[in-house]
Amino acid sequence: MSARAPVIGDPLGPRGRRRALVASVLSALVLAGLIALVVARFADRGQLDRDRWDVLLDPDVLRFLLGGLGHTLELFAVAAAMALPIAVLAALGRLALSRPVRWTAGTYVEVFRALPLLLQILFLYVFLPEAGIHIDPLWVAAIGLALYNGAVMGEIVRAGVLSLERGQSEAARAIGLSYWESMRLVLLPQAARRMIPAGISQMITLLKDTSLAYVVAFEELLRRGRIAGEYARSPLQALLLVAAMYIAVNFTLSRIARRLEVRQRRRYGAGPIAVAGAPEDLSALGTVDGRSDS
Amino acid sequence: MDLILDNLDLFGEGLWTTVQLTVLAYLLAFAIGLAIATLRVSPVGPLRAAGVTYVELVRNTPLLVLLILAFFGLPKLGLVWSPFTTAVIILSVYTGAFIGETIRAGVNTVAAGQVDAARAIGLTFTQTMSLVVLPQAVRSVVPPLGNLFIALTKNTSLAYAISVVELTGTAERLATDTARALPAFGGACVAYLILTLPAGLFFGRLERKVLVRR
Repeated sequence: MSARAPVIGDPLGPRGRRRALVASVLSALVLAGLIALVVARFADRGQLDRDRWDVLLDPDVLRFLLGGLGHTLELFAVAAAMALPIAVLAALGRLALSRPVRWTAGTYVEVFRALPLLLQILFLYVFLPEAGIHIDPLWVAAIGLALYNGAVMGEIVRAGVLSLERGQSEAARAIGLSYWESMRLVLLPQAARRMIPAGISQMITLLKDTSLAYVVAFEELLRRGRIAGEYARSPLQALLLVAAMYIAVNFTLSRIARRLEVRQRRRYGAGPIAVAGAPEDLSALGTVDGRSDS
Repeated sequence: MDLILDNLDLFGEGLWTTVQLTVLAYLLAFAIGLAIATLRVSPVGPLRAAGVTYVELVRNTPLLVLLILAFFGLPKLGLVWSPFTTAVIILSVYTGAFIGETIRAGVNTVAAGQVDAARAIGLTFTQTMSLVVLPQAVRSVVPPLGNLFIALTKNTSLAYAISVVELTGTAERLATDTARALPAFGGACVAYLILTLPAGLFFGRLERKVLVRR
């Protein structure tokens, strides 16, 4: 289907346009009224008072929160660096010729993908000390994130390889490349390109999921937001500030992802790959520019 | 194993809470999603803008941040809800944004002639959406809607962080009380699989049943 205006159907006629204009004015008023109600509620409960916000803008508190953002990014980097090799291994395992290898990799992917990430992180948090392993909360969270995302990203890698035309692997084998050579030299490089949109989208999800480290008392952004809120006696304001910081970072990343996807489609004429059972963000990102992903 | 069998009642309660959270939040989220998808294709500019703002704000904030913000922040505004209610509302607010985007993708698969024909026989925009476009749109996105249901089931575990004792909370309590993390969490894993595996099968069947062939 050709590109359509955001509005469905044919362009409106003169009467329809007039109606839409009236509706626009009315709805704008209603929306403004709603916002005013919320602000009034804040003011009513003294949540807009200057000193409630001023304590948060204290340089020490801000530095503390930015430090939390730093920890969030650190956890993100560690977890992503661990998840990527796991994902490639899982995908190669599921595509392997040997049945036991396929079965092992398949079980890993299906089990870890099907269970809540929070459950996995909490399990590690309780289980590791019980087993006599004492590691930093950063690593507890990172291992949990990496195991879960390794499974999810593994499916992305696999879908990328499977999205290639059969002829690619057949031609690679025909010119005498071994299985591994054809994987390494022909299939994976092409698959990697197709994986970029889904991969970046999953990275954004991973960044959001680092907030789960809150439950293992790792001082990432959310935890520090709580601490700063209690310290400054303005929990609502501190958490709003934290939410704004998350939105700023994620919004920027989504923008970059979208641009990369558009550029890639223009250059290679390949859309994003479909991943069966893809979690939330994968199915949603494909629709950002109004294109259906079915 | 004994640990699981001895505490079957606890796991049962946790499982029931998880089921309640999931079902209530999904129904609410579905309603929000239909509304958001409608707003986003409406001919009225401010409503479209409101839809986009909602989706962008919610999707770019981690779910746990929304939960913690609501749990500790809303009482400061005089809105005191139980942890369970807070969890249901926030889970549906969050999932609603994703369902809205998914349904909007479905709206784009509905042939343009359908909308024009609906308008030609004199249906208003809301009628066109509720009677013609949305019923077809939802049918074409059953698989992603099913994935969102399963994602929501897993996401209900975050309610643990605001002291709702669902499956994850049950497992954590048992594990810390008995210092036997493996069986406690193993039990919860099995319970989650009991929920998500049939859900996958159900949505698969539903897809075949309501599929629109074009």
